[in-house]
Amino acid sequence: MKVNGENVALEKTLDLSGFLVLRGFDEKLVAVERNGEIVPRGSFADVVLKADDVLEILHFVGGG
Amino acid sequence: MSHWTDRAPYLKTMQTIESGILDEVLGRVAAYDYSAYGEREVRAALAKDRIGIADFAALLSPAAEAFLEPMAAKARLETRKHFGNAVALFTPLYLANHCVNGCVYCGFHHDNDIRRARLGGNEIVRELDAIAETGLEDILLLTGETRKESSVEYIGEAVKLAAERFHLVGIEVYPLNVDEYAYMHACGADYVCVFQETYDPVRYAEVHTLGPKRVFSYRFDALERALMGGMRTVNFGALLGLADFRKDAFAVGLHAHFLQRKYPKGEMAISIPRLRPYINNATENSRDVHEPQLLQVMLAYRLFMPFAGMTVSTRERAGFRDNVIGLCATKISAGVSVGIGGHGQDEEGDGQFEISDPRGVPEVNAAIKARGLQPVYIDYVRV
Amino acid sequence: MTSDEDALMLGEQAFRSRFILGSGKFSSEMMRTVLEHSGAEIATLAVRRANAGGAENILDSFPPGIRLLPNTSGARSAEEAVRIAKLARELGCGDFVKVEVIGDSKYLLPDNTETVRATEMLVDEGFVVLPYMYPDLYAARALARAGATAVMPLGAPIGSNRGLLTADFIRILVEEIDLPIIVDAGIGRPSEACAAMEMGCAAVMANTAIATAGDVAAMADAFRLAIAAGRAAYRAGLGRKLEKGAEASSPLTGFLER
Ligand code: SF4
Repeated sequence: MKVNGENVALEKTLDLSGFLVLRGFDEKLVAVERNGEIVPRGSFADVVLKADDVLEILHFVGGG
Repeated sequence: MSHWTDRAPYLKTMQTIESGILDEVLGRVAAYDYSAYGEREVRAALAKDRIGIADFAALLSPAAEAFLEPMAAKARLETRKHFGNAVALFTPLYLANHCVNGCVYCGFHHDNDIRRARLGGNEIVRELDAIAETGLEDILLLTGETRKESSVEYIGEAVKLAAERFHLVGIEVYPLNVDEYAYMHACGADYVCVFQETYDPVRYAEVHTLGPKRVFSYRFDALERALMGGMRTVNFGALLGLADFRKDAFAVGLHAHFLQRKYPKGEMAISIPRLRPYINNATENSRDVHEPQLLQVMLAYRLFMPFAGMTVSTRERAGFRDNVIGLCATKISAGVSVGIGGHGQDEEGDGQFEISDPRGVPEVNAAIKARGLQPVYIDYVRV
Repeated sequence: MTSDEDALMLGEQAFRSRFILGSGKFSSEMMRTVLEHSGAEIATLAVRRANAGGAENILDSFPPGIRLLPNTSGARSAEEAVRIAKLARELGCGDFVKVEVIGDSKYLLPDNTETVRATEMLVDEGFVVLPYMYPDLYAARALARAGATAVMPLGAPIGSNRGLLTADFIRILVEEIDLPIIVDAGIGRPSEACAAMEMGCAAVMANTAIATAGDVAAMADAFRLAIAAGRAAYRAGLGRKLEKGAEASSPLTGFLER
């Protein structure tokens, strides 16, 4: 998988929610784009990740 | 379809357009109480770089009559800034005086017993050639309002003939639909005059007793339709003296202001006709609009819309016209005949109103130069 | 809030403050202080890739009642701006978005053409759109037509602290555009914020000017006061200036027949 531009190996079957927890993200604070489509928050657990997925995980930062 | 201002229903031929401008203008005019403005507001307006709607309201108030001189000084600066020394010359050509409307102030009134006439193709050519001889390059073609004697095709043909001989052709005919304005534009017309006469719907109904002109809103929207049809310039006017002239002048300014905002490409021009005696009625006059009031209105227009063209009519005397050019007016007619024909041949039909400045092109040209201004025959080139 | 309170209306929402705070360059502690001192009710945010683990949540810096205004910084095209705006909405802080499309990495000037396109698309998607733009009348008209809620012309290049370099053009927008005009970028000092408000701008946005001040809290106070003063002056109507140039010596109206 590609996550935020980096290659990440998908070692076992995981849903998105489980992946975020595993990687130390707070589900409530991020938005996720999977293969160019926004994954609605609240349905992270319904998405089963595939080895060729491209994920963008984003959050808010300060900015003008 | 009809608007509350209309005292007659739309004819089947009349197009409606989506526009909020009529309600916007009439709403503000209804709320305009010029007696509420005093010296303070007038002085404040005169101190500003940019005159807003409230300032315009103050400058049209009776309180501003005492400030004509400073208004004139400021207006002259604005006129110079936007128009330099140029004063444009033009002449009207009346093609026909048949009319189905009953405007109580007009000599062409349907029920008025005058000689009616309409110029044919050869006569139009003769008139146009005679006018072109004088060197003029800007011509305004007029008809009375009837689709019967003066059909769209008839006017279109006249426009084509005029466009062959003049750089700039305007039309002052009955209000048209968008596609008809587009057609006139394709024939060679660049500007359109449709005067609302008065923006007071009640008074409007009183003085327009007959005919399609009774549909106030169709007339109001005409200049917007003209811009939609591709015309470059639209010319507004209220016949001052017909109703409360301050409110009517306020309405003209707002009408042009909102149309300019909606169609920033369009050029706005204003005429300032006053009620004058006309044939078969020598008594009707401009009531409270004397020269100082007329000038006040013109100066207020100039200050509110420094970019707008302003035409001074031959209804005014030469001494008045010569002094307002360069001050606020930017366009002046010369060699005017308000009858049908009268340039290349004898007049065939009676005139619309009495003119006060009978001077021909050379005299007006000389008068402009004598004031240190530049007579201009071609304002821009049509592309 | 009652209408005579001179509220700033954006979309359906009324704001008492006319200061918009850019939230860059502040710690979250500092952010709370600045919000308090500046009185700002709107703060901008950016969307970035998240790093795994432990990052502090910037949303915790904002007390409830602050309207968050995510921007689309980083977008170089309309499509990218739309994508960022949708992600921001997904992060859950409402429909407001400040569109920012910058296609020049040297001068960082906004691309008006792409900004208009992005505004059209985002309005269609139901966003309340506040586009950051170069103060050009035609672009501003196009933004108004596209359904923008306000327009945000730059006063000077971003981060330059050069003040209201574009004042004459912003003044034209104030006159011609029937939307709130919010000066964004360039404002370096309170006097410039005050001048923008005097001209009739609806609000002012600043970030660097406060973040880089010696005493950040005191500078936030200064901005609040300057913006209020400028707004009050605008509402009061500026007074008479001394006349330039001589009055004509011979009367201009002597020709009238009275
Ligand atoms: S003002 Fe026009 S419409 Fe009215 S009677 Fe005269 S020519 Fe006809």
